[in-house]
Amino acid sequence: MTEVSPPADLAIETRGLSKRFRHRAAVDGIDLAVPRGSVFGFLGPNGSGKTTTIRLLLGLAAATNGHIRVLGGEMPRQLAAVLPHVGSLVEGPAFYPFLSGAANLRRLDSADLHASPSTRAARVDEALERVGLSHAAGKKVRAYSLGMKQRLGIAHALLRPRELLVLDEPTNGLDPQGTREVRSLVRSLAAGGTTVFVSSHLLAEVEQMCTHVGVMSVGKLVAQGTLHELRAAGTATIRLHTPDIEAAVRVLSRLGLQSELSAASHGSDGQSLVSTGSPGHDVAPEAIVAALVADGVRVRGFGVENASLEERFVSLTGEGFDIAG
Amino acid sequence: MASELSVLFRRLRTWAMLLALAAIPLLIAAAVKLSSHPVAPGRGPPFLDRITQNGLFVGVTALIVSVPLFLPLTIGVVAGDTIAGEANLGTLRYLLVAPAGRVRLLLIKYTAAAVFCLAATLTVAAAGALAGVVLFPVGPVTLLSGDTIGVGESVLRSLLIAAYIAVSLLGLSAIGLAISTFTDVPVGAMAATIVLSVVSQVADNLPQLEWLHPWLFSHYWLGFADLLRQPISWASFGDNALLQAGYILAAGALAYGKFTSKDVLS
Repeated sequence: MTEVSPPADLAIETRGLSKRFRHRAAVDGIDLAVPRGSVFGFLGPNGSGKTTTIRLLLGLAAATNGHIRVLGGEMPRQLAAVLPHVGSLVEGPAFYPFLSGAANLRRLDSADLHASPSTRAARVDEALERVGLSHAAGKKVRAYSLGMKQRLGIAHALLRPRELLVLDEPTNGLDPQGTREVRSLVRSLAAGGTTVFVSSHLLAEVEQMCTHVGVMSVGKLVAQGTLHELRAAGTATIRLHTPDIEAAVRVLSRLGLQSELSAASHGSDGQSLVSTGSPGHDVAPEAIVAALVADGVRVRGFGVENASLEERFVSLTGEGFDIAG
Repeated sequence: MASELSVLFRRLRTWAMLLALAAIPLLIAAAVKLSSHPVAPGRGPPFLDRITQNGLFVGVTALIVSVPLFLPLTIGVVAGDTIAGEANLGTLRYLLVAPAGRVRLLLIKYTAAAVFCLAATLTVAAAGALAGVVLFPVGPVTLLSGDTIGVGESVLRSLLIAAYIAVSLLGLSAIGLAISTFTDVPVGAMAATIVLSVVSQVADNLPQLEWLHPWLFSHYWLGFADLLRQPISWASFGDNALLQAGYILAAGALAYGKFTSKDVLS
C-alpha cells in the first residue's frame, strides 16, 4: 500500500467515507488517496460502490460519514469553488434528446457561472473535434448511437481545461476503435498534467492506461497503490529445475515460499520444483537465485511468473457473477 | 436563464401545448360564426352571446373557458417537468456538477415556468383577438359597470386579464416545482400538480368548506371581473397576488428544503 502523502499532493482524498442507503452500506469507510498527476483506475465488480463513491466525491449525494477533499477543497462545503476545475462523466452520458450535440454542450456549459460565454462556441467546437464528433455536431442527440453519446459525454468533460477528470466507465458502449481512442485521450490528458480518476470493471483497460489502482469490493476499498505495487503484492510462482531438491526447499522456505515437487517433469538431470508465495517486491528473482547458489543448489532452470492483475483482482473481490446487494 | 428558456421553447412539446391553447379561441369563434342559431344570452360560457356583436370578446371568453382545465394542464406539464424531467434525462447530475448551484437552478426553473404562464395566457388572448377581428365586427365595448370604452382601451383590458390569470397560475407553478423535487418521474409530478389544481377547484365549489375557500390557490382564478369595471377595482388583483405570493413562498420553501439536501441518484 502507498504511504499517505501530504494532502497537498492529493487530487482526491477521503477519510472514512461512508454512505448508507437505509440499512445497506453502499460505501463503507473508504480512505482514497489519489495523487495529483496520476491516472487512477478505480476497479470493482458491478455494484461494489464505485459510482456511489463518485457521486459523493462530486457532491451529488451527501456522505453519511467521513471527510472528502477534492483538489484541496473540502466537499461538499467548497463545491462551488472546486467543481469548475473538475470534468466528469457520471454513470453514463445524459443529454437532451431534442437538442443537437453542440446545443447540448452549450446548454451544460452555460450552467457553469464561471464558463465564459464569449469563448463558448469555440470551446464546444474544440471539444467535439477532440472526440471526433464534429461531423455530428448539428445532429439531434436522439439520433446518436450509444458510442456517440459516450463520446459527447467525454467532450462535455473536456469543455474547459480541467485539473481533475472523473470518468465513470468511459469506454462503455464504445467499439474497440473508440476504446483505443479514449485510452490515448486519457494518456494525452495525463501527459498535460491532468489527474484522471477512471472507474472501470475492465481490468485490461485499467492495466493499459493507469498508473495507480484502487480496488473496491462490497463497499470497501480492499487495495490501493501503484499498478506495480498491486501486481507485486500478488502471489508469484517460481519454477526451479535442480537435482538438489532438499537444499532448494530449505532455502525457499527461508524466503517465505511454499514448495512442492512438480510431478510432471522428472528428468535424469534433476527434478522440477514449483514454489508459490509472496516474496514481496524487495526479494528480486536474482536475489532468490543468489541465495540458492550460495547454499550450493545447482540451478539448472529458473523462472518467475507474476500473477496477472486479473488473478489479483479475483482474489480480492471474489469469484463469480454475484452482484453485491 | 437564456439557456433555460431556449431549452423550454426549443422543445416541440412546448409549442404543441401553446398551439393547443391557441386552438381554443379559434374553435369558439368558428363555432359561433358557423352556427345558424343566435346564442341566447346567459347560456354557455360568459360573454359567449356578445361575440357576434363584438369580436373582442372572443379572447376573454376563451380565457374563461381555459382557466379551469386547459391552462392548469399545460402549467402542470411545464412545472412538474422542471426538476423531475432533468432527473429523468440524467442531465440533472451534469447541471449540478457544472456546478449550476442548487438554489440557482430552482430559481431559474421557477422563472422559466412563470414565463411560460405568461406565454400561455397571452397566446390564448392573442389568438382570440385575432380570430375575433377576422370573423366578427369590432367596436366599442360596454363594461360591467355600464361605461363604454374604445377598442384600444379594451385591448389593454384584455391584456390585463391575461396578466391577472398568469399571476393566478404562479402559485400552481410553485406547487408543481415543489412536487417535481420529490420524484424522478416527470409524468408523476405533472399528474400530481394537475390533480391538485382540480381538487382545489372542487373544494372551492363545496359550500361545506367555505372556511377554506379564501385559502385555496384557485379561489381567485375567475375573479377578474373587477378589471372590467370603470374605474378598475384593483382589490381582487391584490388579494389574488397576495395569495399566490403566499403559495410561492410556502411551496418554494418546501422545494428548497427538499432539493438542497437531496441525494441526486438519477
